[in-house]
Amino acid sequence: MLRSRWTKALAFLVCLAPLFHLAWRVWNQDVTANPTEFIQHFTGDWAIRLTVATLAVTPLRKLLGVPDLIRFRRMIGLFAFFYACLHVLTYLWLDKLFDFPAMLKDVGKRPFITAGFAAFACLVPLALTSTAGWIRRLGGKRWQRLHSLVYVTAIAAVAHYYWLVKSDIRQPMLYATLVALLLCWRVVSRTIRNNAVRRA
Amino acid sequence: MLISKPADLRYSEVTPKSVYLNRRRFLAGVPAAFLGARAARAGVPSGPGAKLPSLAKSPFSTTETPNTYNDVTHYNNFYEFGTSKQQPAQNATNFKTSPWTVSIEGDVAKPRKFSMDEILKLAPLEERIYRHRCVEAWSIVVPWAGYSLSALLKQAEPTSKAKFVAFESYWDLRQMPLARPELAGIALPYVEGLRLDEAMHPLALLCVGMYGEALPPQDGAPVRLVVPWKYGFKSIKSIVKIKLVSSQPPTTWNMSNAHEYGFYSNVNPQVDHPRWSQAKERRLPSLFQNHPTQMFNGYANEVAGLYAGMDLKKNY
Repeated sequence: MLRSRWTKALAFLVCLAPLFHLAWRVWNQDVTANPTEFIQHFTGDWAIRLTVATLAVTPLRKLLGVPDLIRFRRMIGLFAFFYACLHVLTYLWLDKLFDFPAMLKDVGKRPFITAGFAAFACLVPLALTSTAGWIRRLGGKRWQRLHSLVYVTAIAAVAHYYWLVKSDIRQPMLYATLVALLLCWRVVSRTIRNNAVRRA
Repeated sequence: MLISKPADLRYSEVTPKSVYLNRRRFLAGVPAAFLGARAARAGVPSGPGAKLPSLAKSPFSTTETPNTYNDVTHYNNFYEFGTSKQQPAQNATNFKTSPWTVSIEGDVAKPRKFSMDEILKLAPLEERIYRHRCVEAWSIVVPWAGYSLSALLKQAEPTSKAKFVAFESYWDLRQMPLARPELAGIALPYVEGLRLDEAMHPLALLCVGMYGEALPPQDGAPVRLVVPWKYGFKSIKSIVKIKLVSSQPPTTWNMSNAHEYGFYSNVNPQVDHPRWSQAKERRLPSLFQNHPTQMFNGYANEVAGLYAGMDLKKNY
């Protein structure tokens, strides 16, 4: 079933649903007295959720024995980038009014913006090289090494969120836990694999 | 007679656009509205939304247009009712604020408790239209109702030992199930403080209403402070205790993070919050953070003298 063309179309719509939800709330003026903050938090939430989702694909494939999940990973990753773009755009446009010197000052001076900027910057080359053509051009090994930048994105995104909140750290701690578990799984599974190779 | 029948249209009766555009949610609210109307007929004497008597105009008011009632009542920082901006409006609806007393104690000649009824009658109520500047770099304009805090403090006759005023918010987990420190992330009950001369300044408002009505729960019912030249978190909500003291009292956000929230917390475009600039603000409902922040939120002429000779970068 996961191989059907339709499941991919369905996944596409599911990833797009938050955008429709946001548009609906904006249309209904149901975005609080501070729409900018609402939209910023909304797009930031989905960027980090989908980033965590891409990290979950490989562990879930192995643990659940559904290798076909790989078909969705690129799409989820590109949607994470899409929501991150909207998130950054609201900052550049609504907060900074495209005042790039002021933005660079922020990036240098304020750790939570530095972390957010790093998380976004690491996603850019991944989005650009997400096509089959680029995988071929770079070669599987090198492509994979480049795409381990997503780990930097995940960690930096969690730091960005954690440093942003004023006091209630439950949400950022939830993402921190998920990212830590997903990264630990990789370390452990790699260690087991290496040991197996050594024994063989 | 404080509570009279509404003679004219109240701010809150004007259907906000979000309501008439959102029919389904409106219909879901009909049963509650019906119950509310029944309660009103049964003769609930006061409480949130009750119409206040005619309010005197104040020379301290800004001429700017207030934000909508819906904006001011659905975008709140009131961590006892949840840490998101939308939660207080949902979670505080049944907040019981009657009976209510405010205790004035400490270095005063006449310590005593004031009932809400006494507070409402202590001095003529004024409408004060202030710009409310949050430390998060947004601001809104609110037509508050109340009178200078000094009127209440004078009743208790502060002694010469009194140098600071400590305020404490209501705190009750039965009424505020989310108000556990581990959920809110801050120590509770919420406490705030002012220097005595700041507290006695006529701009410092003891606030009992807004938009001509008694305060709604999420905005700090039944009585709160509004200190318009300081960041919003200094304007403590739902006050139950006022204590005159001789040394600087602890304040909630300062205890939570002293590096980011000082005791003074005067609005100051030159002193950034460590995590963001305070040079500009977003004047809601505008989307853009493009308005230059005013020194002391525009009240420099009135209050700068209180801080003569002080280094405001050190005493942030």
